[in-house]
Amino acid sequence: MATATETKVTTQVYRVYIRATPQAIWDAITKPEWTERYGYGARAEYDLRPGGAHRGLASEAMRCQGAPEVAVDGEVIEADPPRKLVVTWRMAMDPQLAAEGFTRLTYEIEEGKGGVTKLTVIHDLEGAPKLAALVGGEMEPMGAGGGWSWVLSDLKTLLETGHRLEG
Amino acid sequence: MADDDRVFKALADPTRRFLLDRLFMRDGRTLTELESAVDMTRFGVMKHLRLLEDAGLVVTRRSGREKLHFLNPVPIRVIHDRWIHKYRERHASALAELKNELEEQAWQPRRKRR
Repeated sequence: MATATETKVTTQVYRVYIRATPQAIWDAITKPEWTERYGYGARAEYDLRPGGAHRGLASEAMRCQGAPEVAVDGEVIEADPPRKLVVTWRMAMDPQLAAEGFTRLTYEIEEGKGGVTKLTVIHDLEGAPKLAALVGGEMEPMGAGGGWSWVLSDLKTLLETGHRLEG
Repeated sequence: MADDDRVFKALADPTRRFLLDRLFMRDGRTLTELESAVDMTRFGVMKHLRLLEDAGLVVTRRSGREKLHFLNPVPIRVIHDRWIHKYRERHASALAELKNELEEQAWQPRRKRR
């Protein structure tokens, strides 16, 4: 049943509830000592002001697999700690992914009841089908990690238990 | 109700699983689109979507005048990572042992059974 509303949506939306403060979640997203402890383990560098640069430096494990020093790069569009972070985002690790250009990534952090905070990740992947497959977790069987749902599940575990999922 | 309980309860219904499958095939749909695929009243579909949203399996976002429904795989991933993963590891090692045993047996001379 094709209707006018059947336009292709290229946005991916992820949400996770974490027993942690908004500030703890903000730090886990923007501070290198946190970002290297979950997900792909890239060290984040943020210049947290509009127009500021951000980078994700490849972890040792990634570099062993031939990754360049900078795995992710982009620009900060909006930084409203600890509530909202909007950035342009490109996977610079692989030439094909890098060629798809910059996508738009939004983190929304909202304090809820009982010390539980809602983290929503909105990744606008227009014109980046390969990156969409990667962050959607479709390439996990090839050893490319489970994308956003894996990263956020790992982040939740780290902040709630102090440990990673592995093991 | 604990988060995991809500997810399992939400998944324990064929209509809700069908709605999730629709979103898996193509994400970001309106209520009207989702409704057209199910033989159910608009109110019924809304009720199911509300339950999926409460369980965190569906997230809605406004886009202009429309409300779009997105599949959120994170709660399923959390359950997978915390529960299913460890059992799968155990299965995998049991299978590996079985394989070793069978291969060892293959080295034994075969005896004819009578």
